[in-house]
Amino acid sequence: MVKATDPNQVIVTSGLTKVFPNGLRAVDALDLSVSSGEIFGLLGPNGAGKTTTVGMLTSRVIPTSGGASIAGVDVVAHSTLAKQLIGVVPQTNTLDRSLTVFENLYYHGRYYGMRSSDARAAAEETLRRFKLIDRADADVNQLSGGMAQRLMIARSILHKPQILFLDEPTAGLDPQSRLALWEILSTLHESGQTIFMTTHYMEEADQLCDRVAIMDHGKILALDTAARLKRSVEADTEIRVSVEEDLEALAVHLKTFDGVSSSQVLDGAVLIALRGRTALVPRIVDFVETGGFTLNDLSVSEPTLETVFIKLTGKELRD
Amino acid sequence: MTDTTLAQLRPARDASLSAFRAMLLRDVAVLRSNLYSFILRTVMQPLLFVFVFTYVFPKIGQGIGGAQGQATFSSLLVPGVVAIACIFQGIQAVMLPLVQEFGYTREIEDRVMAPLPVWGVAVEKLLAGALQGLLAAAIVFPLATFIPATPVHLQISWPELLTFLPLATLLGASLGLAIGTRVKPQQVTLVFSVVIIPVTFLGATYYPWAALDPIPWLKWAVLINPLVYMSEAFRAALTPQLPHMPVPAIYAAMIGSIALLGWIGIDGFKKRVTT
Ligand SMILES: Nc1ncnc2c1ncn2[C@@H]1O[C@H](COP(=O)(O)OP(=O)(O)OP(=O)(O)O)[C@@H](O)[C@H]1O
Ligand SMILES: [Mg+2]
Repeated sequence: MVKATDPNQVIVTSGLTKVFPNGLRAVDALDLSVSSGEIFGLLGPNGAGKTTTVGMLTSRVIPTSGGASIAGVDVVAHSTLAKQLIGVVPQTNTLDRSLTVFENLYYHGRYYGMRSSDARAAAEETLRRFKLIDRADADVNQLSGGMAQRLMIARSILHKPQILFLDEPTAGLDPQSRLALWEILSTLHESGQTIFMTTHYMEEADQLCDRVAIMDHGKILALDTAARLKRSVEADTEIRVSVEEDLEALAVHLKTFDGVSSSQVLDGAVLIALRGRTALVPRIVDFVETGGFTLNDLSVSEPTLETVFIKLTGKELRD
Repeated sequence: MTDTTLAQLRPARDASLSAFRAMLLRDVAVLRSNLYSFILRTVMQPLLFVFVFTYVFPKIGQGIGGAQGQATFSSLLVPGVVAIACIFQGIQAVMLPLVQEFGYTREIEDRVMAPLPVWGVAVEKLLAGALQGLLAAAIVFPLATFIPATPVHLQISWPELLTFLPLATLLGASLGLAIGTRVKPQQVTLVFSVVIIPVTFLGATYYPWAALDPIPWLKWAVLINPLVYMSEAFRAALTPQLPHMPVPAIYAAMIGSIALLGWIGIDGFKKRVTT
């Protein structure tokens, strides 16, 4: 039994591990704790183990070893209790297609023991809040991707869960719907909702989350606020240079420049992290051109969580 | 906060029971909104069957077993048609929706996340399927009784009917759950040809099981078919004057099949929704 030492820690895992029957160690000895009111992000590429982690925290995946508790309730031993405390938005659309938009919320409320009149009122109130009230009687198959996702979130919080789990809530959404969802999540966060979310969009983790855990191959590689994670790369500028010729050779040369903390080839470009602002840019351009390289492209940006990920794993977050 | 949280939680039993009840309500609501298609899909096959074999055939002189055999045949058919209705509900109300849900819609997810054990969701599926089976039997029974051109002689034995009916519908639903949790959407047509068609054709529906005497190997082989017991059960309950298995044997076989198929189904359900 995993117990929180601090009652404010509403999600606690210790040595949480899942090895699938095929021998794959999808989640490897995870130790986490998430505080009440926090919005916590699990950031990682495809196959990192994010869904498996959420699965274990929400009683859908049985841990191979280790354990997890939600508000002090062990998720394996007391899943019926733990399920009352959580709301879940899975990675795929799981709306009940035999029911209307309204009924999806109404019956959800009933599953959690609400009386008919309470469930009805809660469903209506929630539809209004999520701007879906004019769709109340629609078939859920007729909803756009963004609306379906809004309804999934509406459903997951209808029973007022203490912790909301969202697995890649904005994957596959257009930029506008994504922004709308971010707003919804921010509003929920402001009202004190504890949120545990996964994403493979670094902007999402950066903008929304109080703390971000970077995950790859079932392990947490770093865990902190986005700002501190970015500071940890010890650079304030990131330059991408792409040339026609040998990238490796260029990377080696650029590494010797003053202030450059790292220089590596990645995805058809040389990626340089450096301290000391952009004064280096003209010198790099100069060097590239006099060194017999043909400059294709050069971009300057601030370090992002992606930079952190690259530094930790040597590969990019996107695939 | 932990303590106040725990105080707000409803005991697992209460939470599970109310979730279970709500899921039944959901299924009833879905059935009500699809009532016409439910009636159509329930009625069509038995209607045609009864119509062709007990109305058209006698009228055009194609009767089975001559005029006297024909009269018996109409009576013989009633239990079989009711049994088929029960087993088809298991397939249509439990198996097909489950295959779809697990295959692509995943719409059962919300019920699996509700505060009750996963096996509770599977049991609810069984019960909802059995209730639809009862409804189907109620719809089909008058068809089989009133359409035939020759009179149907029923000697309803109520205690048996009232116990066999829920058992038969539960058995149909258990079969649906057992198959539905273990079949991929791409395999459905295969399941129809290698499981469902043989089960219905060799289910002692259109002849009493005892009539298989001349083919002993078949007589014993069909005993693995749960539909045999359902047909024989309705025969014992509706037309006890015709040959049928001993009643205690039917009870034992039905309860045994429900336990076995139900267990396979619930286990399959758990395996499909948790890893
Ligand atoms: N039921 C399963 N059996 C075997 N392997 C599995 C199973 N489910 C997931 N995996 C594997 O476990 C690893 C982690 O999967 P998981 O779904 O947790 O990743 P993820 O971080 O959510 O990825 P994505 O961003 O693609 O959703 C992957 O390599 C995946 O192939
Ligand atoms: Mg995932």
